[in-house]
Amino acid sequence: MALLKTEGLTYVYSQGTPFEKKAINNVNLEIEKGEFIGVIGHTGSGKSTLIQHFNGLLRPTSGKIFLDGEDIWADKSKIKQVRFRVGLVFQYPEHQIFEDTVYKDIAFGPKNMGLSESEIDGRVKRTAAAVGLDDDILEKSPFELSGGQKRRVAIAGVMAMEPEVLILDEPTAGLDPQGRDSVLELIKNYHRNMGCTVMLVSHSMEDVARYASKILVMNNAEVFCYGNTAEVFRRSDEISSMGLSVPQITRVFDLMKKHGLNIENDVYTVNYAKRLILDRLGKDGRI
Amino acid sequence: MAEGIKMSKIAESVNLCFKYNQNEYDVLHDLNLSFEQGEVTAVLGHNGCGKSTFAKHLNAILLPVGGKVYVDGIDTADENRIFEIRQNVGMVFQNPDNQIVATIVEEDVAFALENLGVEPAEIRQRVDEALKSVGMYEYRMHSPHQLSGGQKQRVAIAGIIAMRPRCIVLDEPTAMLDPYGRREVMRTIKELNSLYGITVILITHYMEEAAECGRVIVMDKGKVLLDDTPEEVFSRVELLKSVGLDVPQVTELIYELNKCGLSLDPHIIREEECAEVLMKLLS
Repeated sequence: MALLKTEGLTYVYSQGTPFEKKAINNVNLEIEKGEFIGVIGHTGSGKSTLIQHFNGLLRPTSGKIFLDGEDIWADKSKIKQVRFRVGLVFQYPEHQIFEDTVYKDIAFGPKNMGLSESEIDGRVKRTAAAVGLDDDILEKSPFELSGGQKRRVAIAGVMAMEPEVLILDEPTAGLDPQGRDSVLELIKNYHRNMGCTVMLVSHSMEDVARYASKILVMNNAEVFCYGNTAEVFRRSDEISSMGLSVPQITRVFDLMKKHGLNIENDVYTVNYAKRLILDRLGKDGRI
Repeated sequence: MAEGIKMSKIAESVNLCFKYNQNEYDVLHDLNLSFEQGEVTAVLGHNGCGKSTFAKHLNAILLPVGGKVYVDGIDTADENRIFEIRQNVGMVFQNPDNQIVATIVEEDVAFALENLGVEPAEIRQRVDEALKSVGMYEYRMHSPHQLSGGQKQRVAIAGIIAMRPRCIVLDEPTAMLDPYGRREVMRTIKELNSLYGITVILITHYMEEAAECGRVIVMDKGKVLLDDTPEEVFSRVELLKSVGLDVPQVTELIYELNKCGLSLDPHIIREEECAEVLMKLLS
């Protein structure tokens, strides 16, 4: 049984006003436990609206959402529990930090879950380590930290709830290349260590290509496709035409294929491209 | 470049030093940089290297602690000429929420023009043009707070574009946009340069954007590390990686292949050139 499932999920903003907008339309998805999913789509395609339904922040205009087989809106009073099981890290998460020490900010979620002091303590320390923060940072005020450190604190705050589904909306926005790499690495390690489901909303096809095993493509409020990374990248022409761009390396191989070269067309990382090329040359005895 | 615009320095820093607080370290060290009218320059550097700090000197948001900054020959420290300086150099920041002031898109774009006393008919024309050039014309009567982040940013850019300054400095303007939005902004920037001769200084983390500029400056710890064409700058793969920066994927691929014994041109930064070189290699 799928961990997260949607049936006919539709959401309309400002219904009944001149600015009415159907942000997501009839979304039917089944997400398995443990997947690492990249969610891509042009600005306004409905990605952010969709993920806010998974943790019950938005209530569908029509349609249903099931977590572990149960309709999350069947009993409105239980919706808070959903937010402990599906953790959502918003863009620029450092804007939601409010406590006077890093420790307290990370502990906020677990505390609200009613866990024991010792369990909370364990989680705060484990998660701080998982996001690469040293112990001595725990007693500092989060506002003394650099932007990158603040971001890690905010992400840790959600990870500390040990949600079954961790959703991150553009966690690398505004970071420099080194910052991007280190945040993505820590998400990848978290996924591997916890075995939870991870959804990464991103505009960066390169980032998504490197880490996700499945990709969900949103286009104009609808699901365009949901499949394995390689499968999705083989449709790079269609993806380009909907305003997204595929990794530069994919476009290079596409170009070569168009010029008649018999070559794979699911190349999306530099490493894979390099191996492919060296293999080819090796076969012809040219290396 | 448009005729009649003489080649001259639109902006220049001379021995520029800056620190935010008296007792803190220098954020900018003895920077000597100049920009010619009509150039399109990308500025790269890890977060904290001083690129935004430098950019804010170009329209007198910040003033030097040591050295001088001149905009079209005017000393930015000259209080009486701040308006002139800001007319010449417009700045667009990363977060549109901090730049949008009106409750209707077209009013926000018109804001600066109204403050400058431009004729109403001219305002109408420039606002429409600016919105069209960023692909937001159909949203002109919408409320900015209902737009997505990327759409808001395009409105903010339109607001500056409507002023037709001689130079536009953009501080990571596309960080919150999707690839389509980024392409639109880059196309707009290049058109502004080719049609109106507007000088562009673009701070970015996107290597593909830097690759489209005529000049790339790499900053590190408040100093200039590299200042050259994108082909030259990106060929220095090891150096760029050592300061926490990236290179275009095609450049990295060529570099990796060369490490394995091939000898391909390391100055490749675009996919067409790369495809050509690889096809020769493989056929």
